[in-house]
Amino acid sequence: MTYVRRAWIVLWKDVLIEGRSKETLNALVFFALLLLFLFEFALGGDRERLAAALPGLLWLGFVLSGLLGLGRTFLIERENDCWDGLLLAPGDKSAIYLGKLAGNLLLMGVVEALVLALFTLFYNVDLEGALPSLALVIGLGTLGFAAVGTLFAAMTAHVRARELLFPVLFLPVLVPLLLGAVRATEAVLRGDSLGSVAHWLRLLAAADVIYVAVGVLTFDVLLEG
Amino acid sequence: MSRAMTDEPVIRVVDLRKVLGSTVVLDAVNLEVRAGEAVAILGANGAGKTTLLRILATLCRPTRGSAIVAGFDSARDPARVRAQVGFVGHGTLVYDGLTALENLRFWSVLAGLSVDATRLRAVLAMVDLDGVAEDRARSFSAGMKRRLALARALVGTPRILLLDEPFASLDQRASKWLENHLQEFKSGGGTVVLVTHSFGRGLDVADRIAILSGGRVAADVPRAHLSGDDVGRLYALHTEDAP
Amino acid sequence: MIRLLGWLSALSLVTGLIMGFGVAPRELTQGNVQRIMYLHVPTAWVAYLAFGVVFVASIWYLWNRAARADQLAHASAEVGVVFTGLTIAAGSIWGKPTWGTWWTWDARLTSVTILFVMYVGYLLLRGMIDDRERAARYCAVLGIVGALDLPLVHFSVYWWRTLHQPPSVLKPGAPTMAPVILAALLANVAAFTILYAYFVAKRVHTLRREHELLA
Repeated sequence: MTYVRRAWIVLWKDVLIEGRSKETLNALVFFALLLLFLFEFALGGDRERLAAALPGLLWLGFVLSGLLGLGRTFLIERENDCWDGLLLAPGDKSAIYLGKLAGNLLLMGVVEALVLALFTLFYNVDLEGALPSLALVIGLGTLGFAAVGTLFAAMTAHVRARELLFPVLFLPVLVPLLLGAVRATEAVLRGDSLGSVAHWLRLLAAADVIYVAVGVLTFDVLLEG
Repeated sequence: MSRAMTDEPVIRVVDLRKVLGSTVVLDAVNLEVRAGEAVAILGANGAGKTTLLRILATLCRPTRGSAIVAGFDSARDPARVRAQVGFVGHGTLVYDGLTALENLRFWSVLAGLSVDATRLRAVLAMVDLDGVAEDRARSFSAGMKRRLALARALVGTPRILLLDEPFASLDQRASKWLENHLQEFKSGGGTVVLVTHSFGRGLDVADRIAILSGGRVAADVPRAHLSGDDVGRLYALHTEDAP
Repeated sequence: MIRLLGWLSALSLVTGLIMGFGVAPRELTQGNVQRIMYLHVPTAWVAYLAFGVVFVASIWYLWNRAARADQLAHASAEVGVVFTGLTIAAGSIWGKPTWGTWWTWDARLTSVTILFVMYVGYLLLRGMIDDRERAARYCAVLGIVGALDLPLVHFSVYWWRTLHQPPSVLKPGAPTMAPVILAALLANVAAFTILYAYFVAKRVHTLRREHELLA
């Protein structure tokens, strides 16, 4: 029970601080808007080409905003000189990992909902009926993404040149998630059944399980000192 | 817990060695601290004082040798050591976006301690911050943040306090307060290891002075009969060859 | 021991190369450039083998914090990245006359490139952390995440693209190659594996000396 309380207090702290300052949320929202404009200017004009690329663009939006958000996972600790405090916390540190993961999922959920809403608006996408399936696909992809992102954020929090290192470390684990999520999103937006992309969904689910498990099992090691 | 009961050193550092990159920060450090004692660690910049303290606090692992704190090896049994130790380092460990009370609450729950508001307020009162319990830490002065950091270290009622330059950025009033508090802590059987850069403050609390130089404890002398000048001379003597 | 490995690898390499470039017959459709397979496949095999070793050594290190385990992981990553680079280069050289382009996003080449990025990330992480003990720990975690990721990458990329020749040797059922070619291939695979072991052994030796000097 203490474990759950500890994970919860980490989430509580991050939500409270973010809720008061809204720094990260604002940064991500503006970034997402910027991306939307960039896509339009870079690819717009040809409506059909844009429509065909929509699932990819959607996930590009999610991933790029996500990378920005995930990289900042421990920013609050760095800025306030509190990293040592996490190291000093007795007990199983994976509770901290889960708390931070939950926070990241919340953050990404908000940003993804916004990006999706804007996409639907700007590109006249018809989401009727597809929404539950789409939510599932986005959920599966985002969970894996956030699970690794939180782990790698801890790994690079105190490393030199972390802005370079974080994306380099992230790319290889991103590939299966991105491929699976985009293919599945394509299918859903086309109106195909989820069964047609079952293998992709299984891959995403497997990735999620693996990444969260590794995160929980190895976070203690990262925060040893 | 009376001083007579515990003859076994509370902190025992044996041949401690720490290498960072290719720099030998600590070479072969040997040190013993008994319960109820306060040891001040002096040394030039880069002498390894902070590193030594961090190893004792389990924030850093030695390359070789061991640090036994409160009966447990800091590298092998860090969790048990952490439960007994209160650490105040250079970082304030204070979240600007939270109030003093919220800060304490966070760190307490994270440490697995039971948290009731009365107890937290009592700790804040101990560091004279109960008046600003509901204020955001952002509005605090450096001295107040230091005191809050100390409150954080005290919440778990530790037996050992490890303090890195605790008197830095404290004004006269706060310094006096800290000195008094440390004396009380000692007479209650608590052990203090403090790293200090400056002379005068902090040295008055110390029972012993250890000078770190060349990666080793170059001098380890009781404080009692030394004047401020003596200490200064001792320091200069042992650190003039330091890199 | 290392000396023996060195001689053994030199010998087997020579044998393998003679078999590949001398004894084995010319391929009908692709011509002599196909012989690069005798380099490309073995280096690809070693590239993946090396990461497998990084994986096992990483787990071993986290299990009992043996410096030897970390040295093995480090050495294997250093040797592995070179072999991976060679694989990509060889694949590219093979691809130009065969497919007409230096690069194509086919399943195998893409997977190997991602493996390359993984190695680079691992070595970068190691290089950027000053505290050796922390570097060892962090890289061990990264090694584990990366290795578990590899099958996911393999499947996802393969499903996404299938231009490359279907893997002949690893296909269930009999490999569809003439015995001579197969023999030459396996000889080179063995040779390159021994070469890998030799390089890793040398590197571990150096790392251990370094560690002993400092610790």
